[in-house]
Amino acid sequence: MSGVANQASIKLVGIEPNFLLRLWRNKDTRSIILQILTMALLFAFLAYIINNAVLNLAVLGKTFSFDFLGFPASYDINQRLIEYTSQSTHFRAMLVGILNTALVAFFGIITATIVGFLFGIIRLSNNWIASHIVYCIIEFTRNIPVLLHILLIHGIIVHVLPSPRQAHTLADSIFLSNRGLTIPDPIFGEGFSFTVIAFFAAIGIIIGFARWARKVRDESGKIYPVFWISTGILFGLPFLVFLLSGSPLSWVVPELGRFNLKGGITMIPEFLALWLALSLYTSVFIAEIVRAGILAISKGQWEASQAVGLQRNRILQLVVIPQALRVIIPPLTSQYLNLTKNSSLAIAIGYMDIVATIGGISMMQTGKEMESMILVLSIYLCFSLVISAFMNWYNKRIKLVER
Amino acid sequence: MRIIISLFAAFFMASAANAGTLEDVKKRGVLNCIVNTGLPGFSYTDKTGRWKGFDADMCRSLAAAVVGDGEKVKFIPATGKTRFTLLNSKEGDVIFRNTTWTFVRDVDVKLTFLPTTYYDGQGFIIRKSKGVKSAKELDGATVCIQTGTTTELNLADFFRANKISYKPVPIESNEEARKNYLADRCDTYTTDASGLAATRATFDKPGDHMILPEIISKEPLGPVVRHGDDQWADIVRWTVYALIAAEQHGITAGNVDKMAMDKSNPNVSRMLGSEGNLGGMLGLDKEWAKRVIKAQGNYAEIFERNVGLKTPVGLSRGLNALYTKGGLQYSPPFR
Repeated sequence: MSGVANQASIKLVGIEPNFLLRLWRNKDTRSIILQILTMALLFAFLAYIINNAVLNLAVLGKTFSFDFLGFPASYDINQRLIEYTSQSTHFRAMLVGILNTALVAFFGIITATIVGFLFGIIRLSNNWIASHIVYCIIEFTRNIPVLLHILLIHGIIVHVLPSPRQAHTLADSIFLSNRGLTIPDPIFGEGFSFTVIAFFAAIGIIIGFARWARKVRDESGKIYPVFWISTGILFGLPFLVFLLSGSPLSWVVPELGRFNLKGGITMIPEFLALWLALSLYTSVFIAEIVRAGILAISKGQWEASQAVGLQRNRILQLVVIPQALRVIIPPLTSQYLNLTKNSSLAIAIGYMDIVATIGGISMMQTGKEMESMILVLSIYLCFSLVISAFMNWYNKRIKLVER
Repeated sequence: MRIIISLFAAFFMASAANAGTLEDVKKRGVLNCIVNTGLPGFSYTDKTGRWKGFDADMCRSLAAAVVGDGEKVKFIPATGKTRFTLLNSKEGDVIFRNTTWTFVRDVDVKLTFLPTTYYDGQGFIIRKSKGVKSAKELDGATVCIQTGTTTELNLADFFRANKISYKPVPIESNEEARKNYLADRCDTYTTDASGLAATRATFDKPGDHMILPEIISKEPLGPVVRHGDDQWADIVRWTVYALIAAEQHGITAGNVDKMAMDKSNPNVSRMLGSEGNLGGMLGLDKEWAKRVIKAQGNYAEIFERNVGLKTPVGLSRGLNALYTKGGLQYSPPFR
């Protein structure tokens, strides 16, 4: 036995020069070798970059630390959703920036989705004029970089709209000027909480009602106008409670101060420009995604629905869109991610988002480039992961249930 | 295999070592100078695309000292936010971009600040029609600022100290700020008083706008280099001093050759290299200072040509006069 082994090892030594070549010629081992090499190169590259950064920081005499987040920021921010003064910390300034990014991304996504779905459906309508107007809007909008849209809308607001003294006004309570859109500020009096409770109660009632209506439809075929009744409950119930509790709500109406409108809530031109530009730009991509989704549904589905006597709106609502959503959701997720990331173009017009606060002024004033950029990157990553997670959950929920 | 190893070795050799900017510039034959993206009078491009202004000229003076030719300058325009990153990443050799010398920048951001070329302070510009006579009346005003600058911090301090409120509009460059101010997006624009004068000079009707009397900060503006290269810092430092000393001794671009021949003033002779070898101690040649002065003239010539009273910017020397004339510009002795 040992003799055989000996012979084998001698043989192995004999073919040693060709051993590597053999491994290379074997499909399986070759793939393993390639993978090991790729990983090694990747790690080498990462090690090089980190090593380079550490060495260069050392040469510049800089330390790597996040202590600066606790120091006073010393600058002011014009749009803040939480309490912030120039004596707050850099960390607080970063939070203000995060909230500003979240605000514009949230409103942008909602507006872009609504407008995008409308555009997508109109684009497919049989009305030649409507579909071609939307076609022109889509082609015009999506072929111009989003940065230009932002600058254009900001330019229009700042250069075309009048100064606060000559502001366009609606009922002397809503003002539109080159300082932004100013609306009255609500002040919630005592007892307003009842209205809030009523609002949530209305939502509960609507969910129950919708379930009941579906059950009735499944059993007897009787169809209630669920949408209109729900809308009625949603607005009617809280309004009734609001009146019964003695209308505990007053408004601070903006009035002209020496320089600006005083009081009220102002949406600054930078926010308006960013919100409108991002919504418009993303909505036309969503429109095309929606169109693709609807066209992906085979003609047979339409014909079958028509055959049972459904109208066009009902076909869309009941047959086509539920199936189309499965095609629409994955690319829609990318559009949401794009919108959120494009919001960093805010820097061009001075909207105080993450890039402008922690990645801009804080970085500049403290000289902590590396740390600030790492924070900005991680924050955008978190935003993207949260949006992806939500959309993946939704995608799973609506995907084809196979029986 | 050996090739691969050496490649890896080269790959891993991080571009360390901050010293040697002088060698880099000499080898390149061109000075990379970081300047403002556009501030009339200080650094801007004229119709032919040539960089002009107080700061741009000083870049040329430095290039004349180091490379021997005042035209061998590559101008790198930077905003308030990008300038230090450009310097630290070695895109530029020096910053001549109205940069304020502060404690934090000097000590914590690890920059080396060199002699102040322009003593300035922060002011406000406003339309006369707004009827404001003092910055303390600005309660509730919308204020345009250049983001990433010290003016942003001074502004917050000023309003806090006077217990009045304002709405900041942060803007990336002077040109954008000018547009927003003219469109009345903001009631007032604040930056260094010299910048305000320079910007006002470009308005259609400069007379409709006034600069408020308050100067709310000290803004010593001067060149900046990276921490840790003392030789390079010395070269930039003494180039600026040469310009100031030249004004004091009456050396101009026109008479520098004659002054170098005349050995009646030992101070002048030492500086211009006809006596001793001060240039050699800097790592340059004997005639460096001669070239500096010949390139763009002395401090007074550069000042008057770009921002002086006869230019549209119209700044008087004020604090920037020589110490002999009641100002702060003072050069240590060349010996």
